[in-house]
Amino acid sequence: MADSRDEPLVLGIETSCDETGVGVVRGTTLLADAVASSVDEHARFGGVVPEVASRAHLEAMVPTIDRALKEAGVSARDLDGIAVTAGPGLAGALLVGVSAAKAYAYALGKPLYGVNHLASHICVDQLEHGPLPEPTMALLVSGGHSSLLLSSDITSDVRPMGATIDDAAGEAFDKIARVLNLGFPGGPVIDRYAREGDPKAIAFPRGLTGPRDAAYDFSFSGLKTAVARWIEAKRAAGEEVPVRDVSASFQEAVVDVLTRKAVRACKDEGVDHLMIGGGVAANSRLRVLAQERCEAAGIRLRVPRPKLCTDNGAMVAALGAEMVARGRAASDWDLSADSSLPVTEPHVPGRDHPHAPSHTHAHDHVHEVSKENLYS
Amino acid sequence: MLLLALDTATPAVTVALHDGTDVIASSSQVDARRHGELLLPAVDRVLAEAGLRLDAVTGIVAGTGPGPYTGLRVGLMTADTFGLALGVPVHGVCTLDGLAYAADLEDSFVVATDARRKEVYWARYADSRTRLTDPAVDRPADIAERVAGLPAVGAGALLYPDTFPKAHEPEHVSAAALACLAAEKLAAGEDLPAPRPLYLRRPDAQVPKNYKVVTPK
Ligand SMILES: [Zn+2]
Repeated sequence: MADSRDEPLVLGIETSCDETGVGVVRGTTLLADAVASSVDEHARFGGVVPEVASRAHLEAMVPTIDRALKEAGVSARDLDGIAVTAGPGLAGALLVGVSAAKAYAYALGKPLYGVNHLASHICVDQLEHGPLPEPTMALLVSGGHSSLLLSSDITSDVRPMGATIDDAAGEAFDKIARVLNLGFPGGPVIDRYAREGDPKAIAFPRGLTGPRDAAYDFSFSGLKTAVARWIEAKRAAGEEVPVRDVSASFQEAVVDVLTRKAVRACKDEGVDHLMIGGGVAANSRLRVLAQERCEAAGIRLRVPRPKLCTDNGAMVAALGAEMVARGRAASDWDLSADSSLPVTEPHVPGRDHPHAPSHTHAHDHVHEVSKENLYS
Repeated sequence: MLLLALDTATPAVTVALHDGTDVIASSSQVDARRHGELLLPAVDRVLAEAGLRLDAVTGIVAGTGPGPYTGLRVGLMTADTFGLALGVPVHGVCTLDGLAYAADLEDSFVVATDARRKEVYWARYADSRTRLTDPAVDRPADIAERVAGLPAVGAGALLYPDTFPKAHEPEHVSAAALACLAAEKLAAGEDLPAPRPLYLRRPDAQVPKNYKVVTPK
């Protein structure tokens, strides 16, 4: 086995939402995972406020980089590259991270890798369970995304199988928590109440599971409305709302659909590995049900520890290290934040590189970004 | 002394190098939509023009606004991170002060930049080096009495001739002016503040009253 010192040492920066994350990775080994969260500042608004998040990123960035390097016990001079989430995410928030990463890479004379947030969520599992099997099926579920992705090479080939057609899974948790007056964010608190409730108490609908529905797409909007109506009916009748049973039954409806579709996608594509990532992957019932169903189907399940499932810099560093290891092209100094970076682009290579993907597409993209006014 | 100055608080993306005596290289581009893309290549160009590398810089000067937030943060984040990586101090200079310095006036005047939403960021000056009021954000009509009769500079003044009939150039801030001002102050032994953003407005966000009831009436 090669000396681990030969593996790329990469620092990763993540600012796509409300976590300022800086991670340090050597190859597939996690060295540091520093996160500063502004979640408390958003709580009273019942959701992430983009401008509040952007302001917090600016304040937190330098101390968080410092903390990550100290935690990793490495010197910035020894880094082989700087990786950063280029998108998708909140435009203004992404731009803070991209600005920091560019300045840091430039000042240190290191290559810069603008990478895709979703591909990073998949790649982070290398830090927990070693190199990703190829291909890997990935179910990504969080407050911002719900998608089923198939990847044969995390640095170059990520194919969307399905995605939510309305709300993200995590958003549904937040909304139901609000109807139940449980505060924000909703995921952890609903998980907690659900443990003491009966998941079969109320039969809530399973969205997009009919025979003619898209096999791998998700829909949580109908479920959300059904749960809210059920609660309102109880309240209107002057009855007490059984918070534990509602939480358990709602959560069951979400994780039932997620795991059923993910396992089906694995079977249909002949893939024997499923990874689950994103904040909702911290949900205890999702983990248990996915394990049961994967075992029954002969699929190996890989779920990183909860701290690596939520947004963090280590996942960005993990993908950056893979980019270096596989000799992918670095990004240019005019790298922009792209709030709608397609999942099919695991990173944003420099324009003049011979292996860069089709120029026409890259060009379209510049136009798309320019429509957005970054000035205000 | 070698100062790298930059400002992204207005539509201008502007960078300059100052060796303690003079500005030795500079770049200014006006494009409100692409601060993030333009800034680092501009730094690279300015250094190349001077035949220097970034690690020769002994201090960073950053325009702290006030200015529209997204663009403003590009410059401040870049300055902060340069400071971290190079281990050099990062100095903040109010963007309006840079414009005032470039105006080169010896009597009372006003600096106003475009704050969008039909407002201006502005301050009053006794002369090019002396600011009399804290930077503020207001509708031009609301400050008409306070700026009446005074010359004014900046894009915000040029945009509202009813309030600023005596508006003139410079329209945009230049990092060269910012660098000269900072070099002058540092040479005089003055401490410059940390580069914290002057937002002057709270984030737009509303605390939701309650969830929307979904049961049909
Ligand atoms: Zn995420």
